[in-house]
Amino acid sequence: MYRYDEFDAAFVSARVDQFRGQVARRVSGELTEEQFRPHRLMNGLYLQLHAYMLRVAIPYGTLNSQQLRKLAEIARKYDRGYGHFTTRQNLQYNWPALKDTPDILAELASVEMHAIQTSGNCIRNVTADHFAGVAADEIADPRPYAEILRQWSSQHPEFSFLPRKFKIAVNGGPHDRAAIQAHDIGLQIVRDASGALGFTVYVGGGLGRTPFVGKKVREFLPERDLLAYCDAILRVYNLEGRRDNKFKARIKILLHETGLEGLRSAVEAEFVASDHTGLELPDAEIARIKAYFAAPPLPAREPVSARVQRRRGKDAKFADFVQSNVAPHKVTGYVVVTASLKPIGGVPGDASADQMDAVADLAEDYSSDELRVSHEQNLILPHVALDDLPAVYDRLASVGLSTPNAGLVSDIIACPGLDYCALATARSIPIAQRISERFGDGVRARNVGPLKIKISGCINACGHHHVGHIGILGLERAGEETYQITLGGSGDETASIGQITGPGFSYEKVVDAVETVVETYMTQRTGPEEAFLQTFRRVGMAPFKEALYDRSAGSDI
Amino acid sequence: MRGRPKQRDQNESKLMDAMITANRLSDGIVVFQDADGGWSEDFHRGAVFSDEGAKGAALARAEQSEADCEVVGPYAIEIESRNGHFVPKALREAIRASGPTIRRDLGKQAHGQAPSIVQHASVEISHVSL
Repeated sequence: MYRYDEFDAAFVSARVDQFRGQVARRVSGELTEEQFRPHRLMNGLYLQLHAYMLRVAIPYGTLNSQQLRKLAEIARKYDRGYGHFTTRQNLQYNWPALKDTPDILAELASVEMHAIQTSGNCIRNVTADHFAGVAADEIADPRPYAEILRQWSSQHPEFSFLPRKFKIAVNGGPHDRAAIQAHDIGLQIVRDASGALGFTVYVGGGLGRTPFVGKKVREFLPERDLLAYCDAILRVYNLEGRRDNKFKARIKILLHETGLEGLRSAVEAEFVASDHTGLELPDAEIARIKAYFAAPPLPAREPVSARVQRRRGKDAKFADFVQSNVAPHKVTGYVVVTASLKPIGGVPGDASADQMDAVADLAEDYSSDELRVSHEQNLILPHVALDDLPAVYDRLASVGLSTPNAGLVSDIIACPGLDYCALATARSIPIAQRISERFGDGVRARNVGPLKIKISGCINACGHHHVGHIGILGLERAGEETYQITLGGSGDETASIGQITGPGFSYEKVVDAVETVVETYMTQRTGPEEAFLQTFRRVGMAPFKEALYDRSAGSDI
Repeated sequence: MRGRPKQRDQNESKLMDAMITANRLSDGIVVFQDADGGWSEDFHRGAVFSDEGAKGAALARAEQSEADCEVVGPYAIEIESRNGHFVPKALREAIRASGPTIRRDLGKQAHGQAPSIVQHASVEISHVSL
């Protein structure tokens, strides 16, 4: 993985010192809160419901064991013994004291981590496919490009005061695991007819109060033009994006108002007119960055493991785990293992310091010291030898991380919601807990099949509800929590925004409503091979609406 | 100021009972203005204001406290009486005054500082509707 060079180390260290001074001046009164807020936000520090919240960047979701152990140590030493992995491949601490945050940032810097640009109107932490570098179907590893973008965008003088935040995601395989069409810029790695690497470029995707699926602005962008073209997009946005209304300031609104052709013409014109000096990527530099992400040496192994077969035959839970939490690796005899942060009835994305340590040990012992964090709020061991799978499973099980539910109904994305977040209008975590308890990870969940439920506690949509097969949006009406349900959303290569079923449901009834939706799907599907999203796209909203509003589950409105 | 909730005279101001809250600057912890104009982490020690004048004066004290770098973002919350106890009216404020509803071991509720009705509800089930 990427290692800091002298410039990176000096830059991050200087930022820690700078922030230490800013905190000291805030505490002494030299800076008012209004003056201090932009500084703390650019260093990932929010003030939430109960306390400050520190959002730590995990660039493109890649970690090593030393870094995860450091995150665990910080959780113990400065927080309440746990952290929350988010939909943007970040980690959030919910209880740090302001006075401790410079020390926390210094600790992070000691393992080449930081919280820079995890907030504020700038280019945020660049995210990537969580199976990057290992997926059997991968075209190319997206992380070198994400790292190049990170270096270019960090403290970029021209793009540090954008109209609004700006999110970039890169995906390396034909199956979009990074939800790129829900980002301001989505980059899909492709090859052209000659086999040359490049990107299909999407712009203007985004969720929040006005959701849009990104629009394709370039079918094929040559690899060398990555920065110059992103620079052109950012320049157009920086100049033309609205600054008069926070809610209309994202590039998706500019695209909506300008139209695809208008924005594309403006970007292409800027791209042609601008001086690419220093932005065109030399082959040698791409190769240099790619070398950091070279796969570890993995000696060839047998494609089938007798040990795994024996265990599957006698242990149904293990067999379930293999079915849902284990994916093919590009090297024969190895697999990619998802450690579920969605225990039945648990808090999606939360990991205790002990769990983090346990996963760090597993990465060291069985996964070439590598880890990934997924935007679906799980942890990934990317290089596990098939023969080691039973041992890895047993150790995950011993710390409660072996729930066999990756991609199933109980693998729910949920934002922190009103339990933690100052912006939230309703709770989301308890809804996720109750749905997960209702369906579990056993026969019922497996009969339902692949199903993505995503829950947000306000219209800012951090829980990605718009692109959930079943989306749940928590709102407040007359002092009560109410939950709107959307169906048919998708964050993959067939991205779509979910449609609202109708009036919302109360806190008490929303889980019954979700069950009604799932039962309706079960009766409507042509067979187990037709997943929820396919059924919805075939039959449409009508049968679900009828079941929700004409039968017993019933809306409260 | 704080006392047992009482029946209002029809001619009395319609102002909802209020309390002043903020986050402490040094660690962000939620605090409530007490009867002495200082700050307490415990909702039970928060001063209750029943008229606009007293509330305004309390807010002015809180703003001075903010200027003195003790707290951040002070504001008034509405409180009401339930079963003879003052509690925050809004769910958001009930959660701020107690802690996350999904982790009873965290926040003020872990130290017996949650508003009474919230504490009672919390022992029933973990997914309680406050």
